Amino acid sequence: MTLMSYRQAIHDTLRSEMLRDENVMLLGEEIGVFEGSYKITAGLLAEFGDKRVRDTPIAEEGFTGVAIGAAMLGLRPVVEIMTINFSLIAIDQIVNHAAKIYGMFGGQAKVPLVIRTPGGGGQQLGATHSQNIELYYAFVPGLKVVAPSTPADAKALMLAAIRDDDPVLFLENLALYNTKGEVPAHDEPAVIGKAKITREGSHLTLIGYSRMAYVAKKIADQLADSEHLDIEVIDLCSLRPLDRETIVNSVKKTHAAVMLEDDWLTYGIGAEIAATISDGAFDYLDAPVRRVAMAEVPMPYAKSLESAAMPSEHDVIQAIYQTLDAIGHRRSKTSPHD
Amino acid sequence: MPAASHREDADLTTAKRTTTSSVASTTKSTTTRSKSTPKKTKGAEATTQLDSQLLDFYREMLFIRRFEERCARSYTQALIGGYCHLNLGEEAAVVGLMSALEPTDYLFTNYREHGYAIARNIDPKAIMAELYGRVDGVSKGWGGSMHLFDLDHRLLGGYGIVGGQLPLATGAALAIDYHRQSEVVMCTMGDGTTNIGAFHESLNIAQLWKLPIVYVIINNFLGMGTTVERSSAEPHLYKRAAAYQMPSAVVDGTDAVAVLEAARVAVASARSGQPYLLEVTCHRLRGHSVVDPAKYRSAQEVEELTHFDPIQLLADQLISRQLSDAASLEALNTAVLARIEEIAAFAEASAHPDVSTLFDYTYASPVVNDSRRLPGQALFDETGAAR
Ligand SMILES: Cc1ncc(C[n+]2csc(CCOP(=O)(O)OP(=O)(O)O)c2C)c(N)n1
Ligand SMILES: [Mg+2]
Repeated sequence: MTLMSYRQAIHDTLRSEMLRDENVMLLGEEIGVFEGSYKITAGLLAEFGDKRVRDTPIAEEGFTGVAIGAAMLGLRPVVEIMTINFSLIAIDQIVNHAAKIYGMFGGQAKVPLVIRTPGGGGQQLGATHSQNIELYYAFVPGLKVVAPSTPADAKALMLAAIRDDDPVLFLENLALYNTKGEVPAHDEPAVIGKAKITREGSHLTLIGYSRMAYVAKKIADQLADSEHLDIEVIDLCSLRPLDRETIVNSVKKTHAAVMLEDDWLTYGIGAEIAATISDGAFDYLDAPVRRVAMAEVPMPYAKSLESAAMPSEHDVIQAIYQTLDAIGHRRSKTSPHD
Repeated sequence: MPAASHREDADLTTAKRTTTSSVASTTKSTTTRSKSTPKKTKGAEATTQLDSQLLDFYREMLFIRRFEERCARSYTQALIGGYCHLNLGEEAAVVGLMSALEPTDYLFTNYREHGYAIARNIDPKAIMAELYGRVDGVSKGWGGSMHLFDLDHRLLGGYGIVGGQLPLATGAALAIDYHRQSEVVMCTMGDGTTNIGAFHESLNIAQLWKLPIVYVIINNFLGMGTTVERSSAEPHLYKRAAAYQMPSAVVDGTDAVAVLEAARVAVASARSGQPYLLEVTCHRLRGHSVVDPAKYRSAQEVEELTHFDPIQLLADQLISRQLSDAASLEALNTAVLARIEEIAAFAEASAHPDVSTLFDYTYASPVVNDSRRLPGQALFDETGAAR
């Protein structure tokens, strides 16, 4: 185990996979000479050369499609899209091509491709640079979408994504890049499509992915200390495939769920989670499934407005308390959060 | 020309490869001849080879023509579904281009691709079965008319999104370059496709990285119903390559020999690491797809189309050069029609894919927690397992 940042874990995994397999190569804007907008690829051009670390023109549709075509002929490209906002330029290649090629041609060609891209918010980047639109991809059969929340998961899921024969969207998060955690030295790929219970508990199930899985764990730990609350936390890890059974089994035990997400609420990932719980644990629910998500506005620049639009820890704690109140759970009256 | 026997015609596509390679030297030695009326003054051997090539082209073009006409009929009989775009009028372009490729070269194309699949030597029965949506189709019935694909014959699709194939083809060329292999990629598109971003992004990347790729514009002067003039600020489409410092040329696509020669230059350039843009002009003889009555074309325009029918032009040439006569061509036609009937019968007899295979092709690798739920089913079964 080594303590390292989420950023370092992704960097190191890309590097070790490039050392392991000649066919792994990187493509994207500013990933080489500039070393990446968020420096994930720092040093890799110098180490591997420009054949394996390709700076591309600003042409998301073009270079994403190029990576898909190269994957059809046996390369295992890892594409960096600077932020998920810009993936909209490439969405035709991702949705109409990467996701379709295996099925549409009756299984004749595989697309072993990884698209790495960070979501985010909270950095005063305004409306076009603060979106979390992973839902657009999680909606599509043929794609896999993974969203690690810890450095260890970033490593394990990156290993799995690169070695997978299908196109995988690997969702990173600007707010997580500098977070630290223990990362195992050995290479053990995660199983894509499995959620993780990051904290066991019995009072309520708190669900999140990416940054919100990190927030969920942090708040659950905090409430365990301050309030003696025993909250179970699920990190979805994978948005497609979705591990519905882990979610439903947890809710059957806790009888209540709160979903945390950084996307917009209406039609968002949480809507799918709520529907899953309704289908699979209807008789076990003691309270409606609660969702904590982004306010439904184009993200404002002004700090006061941006902060109000994004789910805060306070928002999460309120949702937890209200859900516990709804099921009649007793908690300390001295809570500092009320 | 001897009346083609049934069997000869069945061997049509195999014969092509041999002819193509044997004629390579001929073309080099006769590069100065005029496009549509090769002179007989270049020596007997060269003439014979050219003659036999013209006959081969004719056979192949006629086969494509009759195949496409049969598709139109099967479509109106509801044996073929979806959209169905035909190569009618583009047969000379198709056979000329495909003859310039080695069997190991790759082709990416669009939804108007039945002829290309035939000219790549893919079994026409498997092509027709795909159009019929049957298990014996090239893509087991998953693709249909717009999405033909055959890895063995290096046809890497058949794409229905205008321009979608361009970045993919460019990426395939990148993989070839990455592995230092000698194949080239040919990527065909329509005239309308030169206005989409993917065209420009792809040409720019290919030229920057010196990828082994030939982009081919099949300029039939129409998008669906929109003319080149109404859609393209630079209507001389090959000139667009200048923006990327890429060599380019335009060739008369009603003349298969001219197309072959131009394509050879393009392919040689790509093989040496210099991507190339080739514009091939031709005329779509019917509507955009089978259902389009093409009312946007004037009666005079439709009348004039007969002058651009590559099959009629080549038939005239074969007769005037005394390489064939009307009776022989008619006999060939009869043989081709019989073969097409067999192909259609094969397609119709092929089974519909079984519903149990519905979930077999979403992912290439085993997937944990993949959804295998039919439309009306609940998310969880009686045992509580997720579907
Ligand atoms: C991105 C996209 N937009 C629109 C269409 C609908 N469409 C199908 S074919 C076509 C015309 C294309 O014209 P051209 O590139 O000249 O090819 P042609 O059909 O003439 O062979 C259009 C607009 C599509 N398939 N994809
Ligand atoms: Mg056209």
